[in-house]
Amino acid sequence: MSDEIKPDELLNKIDYGPTKKSEPASWMDTSTQIRPGMYCYAAKAESVETLSLPNARPWNPLEDDWKLPDNWQEILHQGIKERLEKFRTFKIFMDVCVRCGACADKCHFFLGTGDPKNMPVLRAELLRSVYRNDFTTAGKILQKFPGGQRLNGARPLTLDVLKEWWYYFFQCTECRRCSVFCPYGIDTAEITIMGRELLNLIGLNIDWIATPVSNCFQTGNHLGIQPHAFKDMIDFFVEDIEDVTGVNVEPQMNIKGADILFITPSGDVFADPGTYTCEGYMILFKYLKDKYDLNVTWSTYASEGGNFGFFTSHETMKRLNAKMYAEAKRLGVKWILGGECGHMWRVINQYMDTMNGPADFLEEPVNPITGTKFENSKSTKMVHITEFTADLIKHGKLELDKSRNANRIMTFHDSCNPARGMGLLDEPRYIIENCCDHFYEMPPNTIRELTFCCGSGAGLNAGENIELRMAGGLPRANAVKYVHEKFGVNSLGTICAIDRAALPTLMEYWVPEVEVCGIHELVGNALILPGEKRRTEDLRFEPLPGVEPEEEEDE
Amino acid sequence: MNQKYLIPLTAVFLLFLVAYTGVEGAGLQWFFGIVFPYVAMIAFLAGFVYKVLGWASSAVPFRIPTTCGQQKSLPWIKQNAIDNPDTSTGVFVRMVLEIFLFRSLFRNTKAAFNKNASNRLSYSWEIFLWLGALAFHYSFLVVILRHFRFFTSPVPSCIDMLEYIDGIVQLGLPGILLSGVVLLAATLFLLARRIFDAKVTYISQAADYFPLFLIIGIAATGLSMRYFTKVDIIDIKTLTMGLVTFSPTIPESVGGLFYGHLFLVSILFAYFPASKLMHMGGIFLSPTRNMANNTRAKRHINPWNYDVETHTYEQYEDHFREKMIEAGLPVDKPLDKKE
Repeated sequence: MSDEIKPDELLNKIDYGPTKKSEPASWMDTSTQIRPGMYCYAAKAESVETLSLPNARPWNPLEDDWKLPDNWQEILHQGIKERLEKFRTFKIFMDVCVRCGACADKCHFFLGTGDPKNMPVLRAELLRSVYRNDFTTAGKILQKFPGGQRLNGARPLTLDVLKEWWYYFFQCTECRRCSVFCPYGIDTAEITIMGRELLNLIGLNIDWIATPVSNCFQTGNHLGIQPHAFKDMIDFFVEDIEDVTGVNVEPQMNIKGADILFITPSGDVFADPGTYTCEGYMILFKYLKDKYDLNVTWSTYASEGGNFGFFTSHETMKRLNAKMYAEAKRLGVKWILGGECGHMWRVINQYMDTMNGPADFLEEPVNPITGTKFENSKSTKMVHITEFTADLIKHGKLELDKSRNANRIMTFHDSCNPARGMGLLDEPRYIIENCCDHFYEMPPNTIRELTFCCGSGAGLNAGENIELRMAGGLPRANAVKYVHEKFGVNSLGTICAIDRAALPTLMEYWVPEVEVCGIHELVGNALILPGEKRRTEDLRFEPLPGVEPEEEEDE
Repeated sequence: MNQKYLIPLTAVFLLFLVAYTGVEGAGLQWFFGIVFPYVAMIAFLAGFVYKVLGWASSAVPFRIPTTCGQQKSLPWIKQNAIDNPDTSTGVFVRMVLEIFLFRSLFRNTKAAFNKNASNRLSYSWEIFLWLGALAFHYSFLVVILRHFRFFTSPVPSCIDMLEYIDGIVQLGLPGILLSGVVLLAATLFLLARRIFDAKVTYISQAADYFPLFLIIGIAATGLSMRYFTKVDIIDIKTLTMGLVTFSPTIPESVGGLFYGHLFLVSILFAYFPASKLMHMGGIFLSPTRNMANNTRAKRHINPWNYDVETHTYEQYEDHFREKMIEAGLPVDKPLDKKE
């Protein structure tokens, strides 16, 4: 971390005027320099092999030779052609952009780096320029005349162009913020998805995506946690929770005939502060089991809610996602409950049923405790845990002691995917308001559908691209800083596992006084378990507000 | 950078001159007044249909609307039924607002970074692009509708009415029609934005300047005919009526300026399907806007969905059975006794 760029240095680099005097006036004339700190390491060969994806070999983006197949241009040409037929989005988005520039300053990567190729319109133009050259009649005619290509804003697919694609399609977190502002709804996430899918055809993935995908496929989760280790980790949480509450909350694992299968990102099992959110789920399920006899089971086979296949290709997404329904079917549960995660919910909400449904072996989800029918998920049969918990709270089914979170002055970060690929906005807020006394919103241009990405989504949460992540997260951090200074906000709530992994680093960098927590961590702290001892500490083993620290030393 | 707008500007000038001199010098009225307008119209219609059918022939494998508000969720949570619609009515309203009022563009903000003082990023509402775009599109629409007086006989009363409203600000003689003036002003504004806003300059292509110059040329020639040089409207209508009734004639007294105007219009029509101007058709088909966010409630079918190879539970258990049993996890098959 010592060679890491300092916040002030990073801020000094920001300049939204795209044309520097020293640089060519046209973006097509600026060559791409792949700069350390801004890119992720190449996919390891063995990870690419696990799923039999093309062109597995060791390679290094900094070297000239990327070890591409000889006919890579042909593969990509065919790949584009096929996708233009398979995806109306792609075809329309290639044709209709008028370059009005409304999206330009909406991207967190542009706002944080000032790099003009991070303007969503230019990110798409990287692909469009080749599309215009190779796939439009005008392009085919104009390229026969000298200067015609340039006049058309077109260019052939050269190795430099390919490298530029790779560099910039892995500088997009598929957050869709630009799409909100586009008068035609052009969605850069969709363009990036296509771009990455094409790059994967010739083996150009990054390792921070390829290895989790490989792990998830083989072991059931991105982190490659094997079943016994998964169980160990959960047992460890059981012990911690018992220390805090005096109650043994041991969950059910791989149990057939449970009412509900629960799936959450493995990040929640693996790293702080996600672990506290995980403990929150466990406390909630124990409470529901004791009070209402609701049986929730976890699964080690489907132990991953997230889906890095989504950042690889539609096919890989489908291959990883298939586990959810397969496991629900094997265990014979009624329906599936999903944990707090961002892109996981984009996949569940907009892709899962289409790809791997119909889930006719499951029941239309009903909350057995409140009788609420989850009408909005009657086909997919998967309910978001904040929908579930909000419903329980609304019906007065949870006994919550808000004062245990009194030390938290909260704000809430809407994660990109639940916000712009689902619209899950008020459910988590309702839970926060019922678990905490102090809640302040960030400025309106930075929340709900206008929320800013953490800067590390879509598989970019690696260590080697830290400058990119800190720059991309600047708009989010800047808004947190604002409420921190104005209202004394000290806690940033979120419903995404990538956020819980990425935002602590981001906060440490830009607003060190703010902690990151999941929403069900708040629930876990506030929920009064039947038979619990008098709590003196929260799930982080920090003294509860209003509790004298001496008391602890009494024993 | 200069090239990007100098070439389109020159091209529009040359196109005008070609028609003007072609008529005034070479007497090619039949070409610029009859042949080319027909060719352009055919290119426009065929190209437009071809393009839209091309889009429509591509599959819509997933329902992926961009949601811009609260989803339909629990009954007591208020849904934003327009920005996050779950019904076709909601989608219809969303599309109407998008197509007629440019709702997404209305949201536009401008980001500013206040370096040093507070290091604060701020976002202010930026309405001028929306206003400019709206003024441009509506004035253009009114201008086009008004021109139906040249293609209908008798002129329908709604066209008369429109022209009456358009001329409500009574100034000078002949009375000012607002739409033409607004069209020219709005187009100049959009052009100025491209030239003077550094970010927009950087992303602009020749293909962005060309239609602007073309429309400026069309508006300028049109306005000058109406207000300055004056042309014989009766003769022009003879020509235009000849075109729509497929019995083309070339009247005597119509001069080069009119043919220049007509030629630029024809170029615009012919160019339309091959250009970004097709956003007019595309906006209707954009899957992030024209679909309901109800994929969890109603299954969407992917026409090319295919089976994929997965890692099954059986394979998984075979791999980890021993460890699972050791950890006390239930398994489907007992451990092989042989080992």
